[in-house]
Amino acid sequence: MKLMWFHLMPYTELPENFRDANPSVWVDIHSSLFDPKRAHHMYNDFMDELEYAAEVGFDAVCVNEHHSNGYGLMPSPNLIASSLARRTTDTAICVMGNSLALYNPPTRVAEEFAMIDVISGGRLIAGFPVGTPMDTTYAYGTNPSQLRQRYHEAHDLVVRAWTEPDTFAFNGRFNQQRYVNIWPRPVQQPRPPIWIPGGGSVETWQWCAEMDYVYCYLSYYGYKAGRATMDGFWAEMDRLGKDRNPYHAGFLQFVGVGESRQHAYDLYAEAAEYFYGRCLHVDPKWSTPPGYTSEGSQRAGIESQVRKAADSAVRGKSTGERSASVARDMDGIVDNGYVIIGTPDEVAEQLREVAINLNVGHLMLLLQYGNMSKEVTRYNTKMFAEHVMPKIKDIHSGWEDRWWPKPMAANLRASVPAYPPRMAAE
Amino acid sequence: MSEPETLTVDINGFQTRIWRKGSGPKLGYLAGFGGLPRWMPFLDELAKTRTVIVPSVPGFPGGDRGHTILDSHLDWMLALRDLLEKADLVGADLAGSSVGASLVAEMAALWPASVRRLALIAPFGLFDDKDPPTDPWAQRADAVPGLLCADPEIYKGMKAAPEGANSIEWPIEQVRASEAAARIFWPLGNTRIEKRLRLIQAPTLLLWGSEDKIMPRTYADKFAAGISGKTEIKTIAGAGHLAELDKPVEVAKAISDFTA
Repeated sequence: MKLMWFHLMPYTELPENFRDANPSVWVDIHSSLFDPKRAHHMYNDFMDELEYAAEVGFDAVCVNEHHSNGYGLMPSPNLIASSLARRTTDTAICVMGNSLALYNPPTRVAEEFAMIDVISGGRLIAGFPVGTPMDTTYAYGTNPSQLRQRYHEAHDLVVRAWTEPDTFAFNGRFNQQRYVNIWPRPVQQPRPPIWIPGGGSVETWQWCAEMDYVYCYLSYYGYKAGRATMDGFWAEMDRLGKDRNPYHAGFLQFVGVGESRQHAYDLYAEAAEYFYGRCLHVDPKWSTPPGYTSEGSQRAGIESQVRKAADSAVRGKSTGERSASVARDMDGIVDNGYVIIGTPDEVAEQLREVAINLNVGHLMLLLQYGNMSKEVTRYNTKMFAEHVMPKIKDIHSGWEDRWWPKPMAANLRASVPAYPPRMAAE
Repeated sequence: MSEPETLTVDINGFQTRIWRKGSGPKLGYLAGFGGLPRWMPFLDELAKTRTVIVPSVPGFPGGDRGHTILDSHLDWMLALRDLLEKADLVGADLAGSSVGASLVAEMAALWPASVRRLALIAPFGLFDDKDPPTDPWAQRADAVPGLLCADPEIYKGMKAAPEGANSIEWPIEQVRASEAAARIFWPLGNTRIEKRLRLIQAPTLLLWGSEDKIMPRTYADKFAAGISGKTEIKTIAGAGHLAELDKPVEVAKAISDFTA
C-alpha cells in the first residue's frame, strides 16, 4: 500500500461570509480577498507541511495545478515540486499534475518534469490531467471544443520528447515544432511513471488501460461516492482483460485522526466545513463549457440519470449540479464519507475497507484541508504516520507496483545540504 | 406551418441538412446561437415571397459533427463556401443571425461577387473591451433562454424535445450546437472580422433586437462603419438577441423589404 500526502494549498483566510458575499471561489474570485503577505506565510507553512510529511515517512508528497482558485494556490505545482526535490531525499514527488493543453509549446512540460526528475534523482510521478473547466477553458481561455484533442496531442509530444534519442520534427494538428530535443532528459528510463487523474469517463479508463497508466479518481466526495466510479473502472479493466492490480489505480481521501472519534470530530470540523462550505463554492456558470464533456460521457451521464443509477449522485454530474447537493456541515461531511475521522484504529479500519473495496493501491490523503492550522495539520500527519500507517501498509502486498518511481541508487545521488533550523537563542 | 423540403449534402464527410421552402428569388439563412433543432415561423414568413434555403452550420442541429474537424478560420470558411455552393446559394441574397450572421458576413467579404444582398441580425465577430458582449458560454443553464430571447419561453420552445425525439441524443445535439459556436468564436466572440469588413461590397441590412442582452447595440455601428457596401441599421422593438425568434413577422418583413 502506498500512502501519499497531498496538499491543495488552499487560501486559509476566506471570510466567514464568503459564500453569501461572493459568486465563486474560482475564476472570478476577487483579488481583494488575497493578501500576499498572509499568503507568504501560507506557502511557507504548506511547504513545511509537505516536507514534514516526507520526514515522517509518507511514500510520496503530492501537489497539483489550479488557476484563479481560492482553494488551490498552485498555478505552477512544478515550482513547489522543485523545492521538494531539494528538501526531501527518498520520498516520491507526485505532480498531479500539469494540464497539458495549457502549455505552449507542450514540450515545456517535458522539460520541467525532466528537470524535477533529474534534480530529485528519479523520484518524479508525472501526472497529466486534462484540467477542470474552470482552469482550462475559463481561466486559461482554451477552446473547450479542442481541449481534449490538444491534450492528447500534447501527451504524444511530451512522451516522444522524453523517449526519442534524436532531434525530431513534430508535425501535429495543433503543434508544429521543427526541432524537438529537450535537455535535460529524465533520470527514469524510458520515462517517469505517468498517472492520469480523471473523472468517471469510459474513454479515460480505456486509454489508461491501453497506455498502462495509473488511473486516479481525485474526488472531494470520499469513498462512498467514489465507489461507483472505481467499480466502473475495474469493470472496464475486466472487460479489457487486464489484471486487477490495485496499483493501477489511485484514490483521494480526506482524513482526520484523533484520540477519540469525538476528539477528531471537534478538531477537524472547522477545517472541513471551511473546505466544503467556502472552498467548494463554485458558480455553476463555470462548470459546463460546451464540448468539455465528451459526447460519450454526456451519453453515459444522461443514460445513468434515465436509469436512476445508484451512482448518479456524483458521477456524470457537472460541478454545478454537484455543488448544489454537497453536504457542508460536519455531520453531513462525515456521514457521506467525504472525510474519514476517528481514532487511529477507526481510521485504519475504514481506510482498509476503502483500499480493498475500491481496490486501490495508491491512497492520496488530504490531511490538511480548508483553514486547518499548521499545528493541527502536523498533529494529523504525525498521528497518521505513527499510528495508522503501520496498520495498513501491508494491504495489497501481494501485488507489484509497476507504476512507482525508480530513483537512482541512494549512494549515487547527490547529498542535499542540510538546512539546520535556526535555534531559538540565535 | 408546413414542413420544408429536406436535402442532405456531404460537407467534409459529414451529412449536412439543407431545408428549402417557398418560391421566388432565393434567400439563404444561417441560424444563430443554438441552431435550428426545428423549423420556425420566421422561415415560413420569408417563404411567402421567397425560396428560403437553410443550410445547417457544421455542428449545429442538422450539421452532424462537422465542426470537429474545423481547426482554423480558413477551415471554417472553406466548409461554409462548400455548403453555400451545394445549397445552390451562390449569387443569392444571404441572411444570418448571431453566429450565423458573422458567417454570412465572412462569405460576403471573401467572395463578394457571390452575394447579392446581405442581412445580418446581431452578428458575432467583434469585441470591444469597453463594451464587451455577454459571454454566452459562461451562464447558468436556466439563464440562457432569457439572454437569447426577449421571451424566454420562445427559446425554450425551440429547444424542447419534440414528442418521439430520442431523449438521449436530443440534449446532446443542443450542447453540440453551443460547442460548434464555441469552436469558432471562443472565448470572446472575436474572429477579427473587422479586418475583412471592408471587403463586403453587398448592400447590408443590420438588424438588432431592442432587447438584445448578448450583443451591444453599439456593434451595429461598428459593422456599418466597417462595411464598404451601403448599410442600413434597423432596430426590432421588443426582440432579443435572436430577434427572428421573438419577432418573426417584423424581422422577415424587414429582410424581405431590403432584399426585394
